[in-house]
Amino acid sequence: MFTNIYPQLIGLFAGALLLTSTLMVWRHSLLASIGLLAVQGVALAALVAVIGVEAGDAELLLVAVLVLTVKGGVLPWILARESRATTRITDESPRLNPTAALLTVAGLTIFSYVVIGRILIHVSSVPTHAAPIGLAMMLIGFLLLVTRRRARSQLIGFLLLDNGIATVAFLTSGGVPLFLELGISLDVLLVVVILYVFAGRMHTKFGGTDVDTLRELHD
Amino acid sequence: MVFALLAPLALPLILAALSLLRKFSTVTRFFPIAVSGIVLGGGVFLIFATATGQAQTALGGVIRADALSAYMLAVVGAVGLVATWGGLGAVPTGHGTLAGSYDSLLCVFLAAMSLAVLADNIGVMWASVEATTIATAFLVGHHRTRKSLEAAWKYVILGSVGVAIALLGIVLIYAASQNAGEPTLSWLSLSNTTLSLDPAMMRAGGALAVLGFATKAGLDPMHSWLPDAHSQAPAPVSGLMSGVLLSVALYAILRIQAVTNLVLGPDFLRIMLSIGALLSLAVAAALLIRQRDFKRMLAYSSIEHMGVMALGAAIGAPAIPAVLLYILGHGLIKATLFVLSGRILAVEGTPVIAEVRGLLARRPGLAVPWLIAMVALVGFPPFSIFFSEVNILFTGWMEGMGAIVGIALLLLLIIFASLVRLTVAMTLGAATASSPTPPDRSAHGPLLPLVLALVTTAVIAFLAQPIAAVLARAAATLGAIH
Repeated sequence: MFTNIYPQLIGLFAGALLLTSTLMVWRHSLLASIGLLAVQGVALAALVAVIGVEAGDAELLLVAVLVLTVKGGVLPWILARESRATTRITDESPRLNPTAALLTVAGLTIFSYVVIGRILIHVSSVPTHAAPIGLAMMLIGFLLLVTRRRARSQLIGFLLLDNGIATVAFLTSGGVPLFLELGISLDVLLVVVILYVFAGRMHTKFGGTDVDTLRELHD
Repeated sequence: MVFALLAPLALPLILAALSLLRKFSTVTRFFPIAVSGIVLGGGVFLIFATATGQAQTALGGVIRADALSAYMLAVVGAVGLVATWGGLGAVPTGHGTLAGSYDSLLCVFLAAMSLAVLADNIGVMWASVEATTIATAFLVGHHRTRKSLEAAWKYVILGSVGVAIALLGIVLIYAASQNAGEPTLSWLSLSNTTLSLDPAMMRAGGALAVLGFATKAGLDPMHSWLPDAHSQAPAPVSGLMSGVLLSVALYAILRIQAVTNLVLGPDFLRIMLSIGALLSLAVAAALLIRQRDFKRMLAYSSIEHMGVMALGAAIGAPAIPAVLLYILGHGLIKATLFVLSGRILAVEGTPVIAEVRGLLARRPGLAVPWLIAMVALVGFPPFSIFFSEVNILFTGWMEGMGAIVGIALLLLLIIFASLVRLTVAMTLGAATASSPTPPDRSAHGPLLPLVLALVTTAVIAFLAQPIAAVLARAAATLGAIH
């Protein structure tokens, strides 16, 4: 029974990951992006749970709970709380207009399929077919990092990048060992907190969080 | 034995926690020095313990010290000692709730680097390299000026993204090991030749992991955070980051390289590392010619030296002992120079080279050690950097990489000329009217650690018997395990 719907569930949740990533590029509001990040965290947790049930691996179910708490709950909560408290204007004016950005996303997704097709030549399983989505999420994360001007929007790009890596990990090898997943989650959490503190300091020092104002250090 | 492995990891964290308590506020500034001493002691002890060729393990094999790990641990401790002891009093103690946070973060930073070199699991190594970024983020931004905030932001974003690329690489290496049964990230298992790793995934994984760690190692084209972070951080932190954090990232590259060499042969990473090395040298040469800031000058010199070390890694096994000696020599010299640069900045009030003229006549107490350390840095004998550089270039020539070595030598000459010109501009020349009379002979801080560092680098290359054996054993661990 479960084996029949397993490929469909993998496809569904992987699709949800790609869809939320694309919407993050399309939407310019910071709070909307944070909401999408939470949805993406839940979809990622569901994907891990599905792989765990299919493999009969209790540790993966534990990882799914961890992912749900950190990526679906704690991180978006920290981001949303700080953003509501400190910024009035949360709309972004990116360097790339929406049409060009969405076309780039399409290009990056196709590119991911080509690249992963060359790397995973000796492996064939249901989850590995969805692995290009993880790479596409990473590349979209890079796109956000490069094109967004505000410090906090860049942070969204960084988290998308991290979600992409996690997706590749779960789809190609069933995830890294639990203690490592814990370490990685803690690292990412701390980086986000640090960047948020810096964004706050930037707001008080520069009167805004536009990273284009970071121009003092050069040769 | 287990104590020597766990003490450099656990004691720093205990001292880091104690630093935050107000009760210890009078002694917290000595904690990072104590931690460096513990790490150095553990490293030296492990060098002797692993001399038989037997690796030491703890915590079920997660912590493992072979000759290379032991050597790197000793380097972390030695450079840490110079930077923290020499930097004593360089940073005014904080106040209020943040008192002690500077010393606490320094302890965590040293513990994270120790874990990075002692971890057998590549994933744990990754997590601790990322932890060094976390620990140093607030240290780089410590001065809370606009410039230091900008430097810290760039450092954390580029550092984390770079290390994230390495994580993707490690994930692919993990996936590559799964057709051998249980997937593994243990370096020991991965370097076992009987394990059949998927070559296509190893190629992608190895390249991404090396690219990611190259960001932390400050190799071009991933170096752009380095001059900003190293010039804006407090001097002892710059010394630690430049002297040893870059080398820890290079150590990660060497470990990854040992695994990919088994599966894909040495040519695979040789091309990538050679390109990184030459680009780093070119960038350093281009930006040192017209450099105006002496802390940025030291930062670009780090990019140069990392470039030469990467060249050594590209050449492979015959050059590795020279690279390891280079790591120690460069670490000690660069920590000394950054500590001195902090003192010069404090007394002169400017980081601009053109505004610091005639230092030798005005402040011989600072100018003499600075001059000696610069002589060592640009690669004059008897200092060990000279022997490492000559050995790497010569080995590269012998191994048939003559063209690459030739370009590197040309760029090194340009860098040499630039550094000599900048040092002369700073130190020589007559005293100006505003200079103190009589000349300021104070070293403005502890002089002993700097003297020890300079003496060590001057004599170490001549202690052929013990040192060469240690280096050879450490380099041998990167070979295949049959």
